[in-house]
Amino acid sequence: MTTLDRGGPGAPPGPPPGAGRGRPTTGDDARERRRALAGRLDAKGSPYLFIAPFFLLFGVFGLFPLLYTVWVSLHEWSLIGGNEGFVGLDNYVRLATDGKFWNALYNTIGIFAIAVVPQLLMALLLADLLNRRLRWSGFFRIGLILPYVTSIAAVAIVFGQLFGPQFGMVNYLLELAGVDPVDWRGEKYASWVAIAVMIDWRWTGYNALIYLAAMQAVPRDVYEAAAIDGASRLRQFWQITIPLLRPTIIFTVIIATIGQMQLFTEPAVFGTDGAMNGGTQSQFQTVMMLVYQEAFRYGNYGYGSAIAWMLFLLIVLFSLLNVLVTSRIRSAT
Amino acid sequence: MQNLLRPGWRAAIAAAGAGVLLAATACGGGSGEADGEVTLVVDTFGVFGYEELYQRFEEENPGVTIEERNITDLADYTPQLQQNIAAGSGAGDVVAVEEGILVQFLQQADRFVDLNEHGGAELEANFLPWKWEQGHTTDGRLIGLGTDIGSMAMCYNVELFRDAGLPTDREEVGELWPTWEDFIETGQQFQEADTGASFVSTIFPYFNVLKAQEGDHTYQNTEGELVIETNPAVRGSWETVTSMAEAGLSANLPLWSDEWNAGIQNNTFATLPCPAWMLGHIESTAGDAGNGRWDVAAVPGGGGNWGGSFLSVPTQSEHPELAAELAILLSSPEGQLAAWNAANNLPSSEEAIDSADVQEFTRPYFNDAPVGQIYGASARELEPVYFGPDNQAIDDAFRAALESVEQGQASPDEGWQRAAEEAERAAGEG
Repeated sequence: MTTLDRGGPGAPPGPPPGAGRGRPTTGDDARERRRALAGRLDAKGSPYLFIAPFFLLFGVFGLFPLLYTVWVSLHEWSLIGGNEGFVGLDNYVRLATDGKFWNALYNTIGIFAIAVVPQLLMALLLADLLNRRLRWSGFFRIGLILPYVTSIAAVAIVFGQLFGPQFGMVNYLLELAGVDPVDWRGEKYASWVAIAVMIDWRWTGYNALIYLAAMQAVPRDVYEAAAIDGASRLRQFWQITIPLLRPTIIFTVIIATIGQMQLFTEPAVFGTDGAMNGGTQSQFQTVMMLVYQEAFRYGNYGYGSAIAWMLFLLIVLFSLLNVLVTSRIRSAT
Repeated sequence: MQNLLRPGWRAAIAAAGAGVLLAATACGGGSGEADGEVTLVVDTFGVFGYEELYQRFEEENPGVTIEERNITDLADYTPQLQQNIAAGSGAGDVVAVEEGILVQFLQQADRFVDLNEHGGAELEANFLPWKWEQGHTTDGRLIGLGTDIGSMAMCYNVELFRDAGLPTDREEVGELWPTWEDFIETGQQFQEADTGASFVSTIFPYFNVLKAQEGDHTYQNTEGELVIETNPAVRGSWETVTSMAEAGLSANLPLWSDEWNAGIQNNTFATLPCPAWMLGHIESTAGDAGNGRWDVAAVPGGGGNWGGSFLSVPTQSEHPELAAELAILLSSPEGQLAAWNAANNLPSSEEAIDSADVQEFTRPYFNDAPVGQIYGASARELEPVYFGPDNQAIDDAFRAALESVEQGQASPDEGWQRAAEEAERAAGEG
């Protein structure tokens, strides 16, 4: 900021240029004032101008659709007929008693639980392993991020084939091991597991790298001191690493919550019919899939918007809840 | 940093940057037209086989360039087209409309050019009567010109039939199943022979065929009311196909899934309802190894249809005259024959069906089956079926329910209940 203060109002009035050599002309005076004004404008205005492009784009493509969705959700609104009249909160009332919505919410939270909890724990563990002195550590670190680089649709298609009930490799291996084959799409909880595996394959490495970066910022001498005091590696992990990583863990939990509550692509591609039904009996239909099905398959834009908004509120609520839980991790300070 | 640019310049550059970004977002859209050059965009799905016709049209109309935008999967194509039509921009000058979605567009007829005004009215003789009717609104506007029809036959796996001790000649196979009861009985015989394969892949496509054979409308009547509970065609078809599942005839492979395709490659099922366009799918999926493995016989119950399309010109087109001219050429008997020769899309024109090109056509991959003759004969027996505006979405619900029944997740009654509830949502009555 100090560099910008030169022409600003707070700048100390230095001796006018050429003060010792006679009166400055009025033209010089005006130029001086204009420069001062430009400088002030620059100091105050430029930062806003520099960030303006983001906010303009966000306003057009983010904020406007967001608010427009509220407007749509208060109407009977269809693909063909457009706005068919104001209905107040009817769409939201319907939502509260809609079994399909609760089923989708149950699926979303269920998949979240069995996907994210193991994912973050595994990521912590992997990061801790990679934080030790290892041969080819660079290679392993790159390996971790590779699944993240893969196209999400490709992942879903490949895993969809692996989990095929009759010709899938997972069932083939299960049979070799003498276990009965599992109907990965038909059974509710089996389908959740298959989708959770897909999600974890992609995101574990990503979170591990974030944890690893945070771990590398922890000074070595803290561990050395702990080791001299006789703390085991496990104890060091729980009492030094985890508390020092607290802000990072909270960050990943929030990001994972936001992402997983909007879970869409994996279960959508895992379903075989393209109708966003999430299995024959909506075993793995998530809330986002229900939004899509209502709005774009059934043409009920109003009701779809109401579900989308409810999801937004739920994400906020759920994130707060998760932060509350995670912040029970004892802080290092 | 502060010495590089004078303050005023920095502000100006920041403002310019913001302006450029804004301008960039404001662009997009707009069609290329300069010095009388016209580009006509044709939206299609699957394979239409129009390349030669485009060339001809371009030669006859100097300055016109035709660009085809093709999306392979109908399930991806339809929602996009619906949105472009509803939004009033983004659709092509000529768009292919599948019969399942046509009725929804008939209800928004003002978004499509009335082709009667462009010489469409004289074309009646070019189409089978029911196909011609389907393209009209109730007040007589012509918004869709027919292209192909699905017609119907039954594909069967020759090797598996031989293994099961059933006849393999296509005439004799057809005689095995004049009715659907006979078909199910044959299926039980097939299962008893224990070839390791199933008689049907999944019951859903049979449901489609039966529904179209048994009535003149399906889920919704011509007033657009949901009639699944009262229409015997729907309930009867449901009972017939769920009894197939209960008799253990199904391999439970969801239609179009990777597993289903693997089933074609691995000889996992013995029969498949085959509209004309299905032949191409079997051939490309089974590949060289499947050459001569499949043959084509008559379908139980006689006749039937699954699929088929129309061409329409949205009013949002900037060149409705030219676009209508192109649509008329593509859907003419000549145009339909060109599409038949290129992609085996069965013509909807009697003249084209009767032509030697169709009647004498045999398909080597299917043991030289005279597919032109088989499908042509079936097409003549066709009774038109009315599909309601929410047909596609309701069909999805029934499909899911049928799969849940055949996979043993629900009883037929539970499945029906679920499909009925979902259909009400889809029809906006839930």
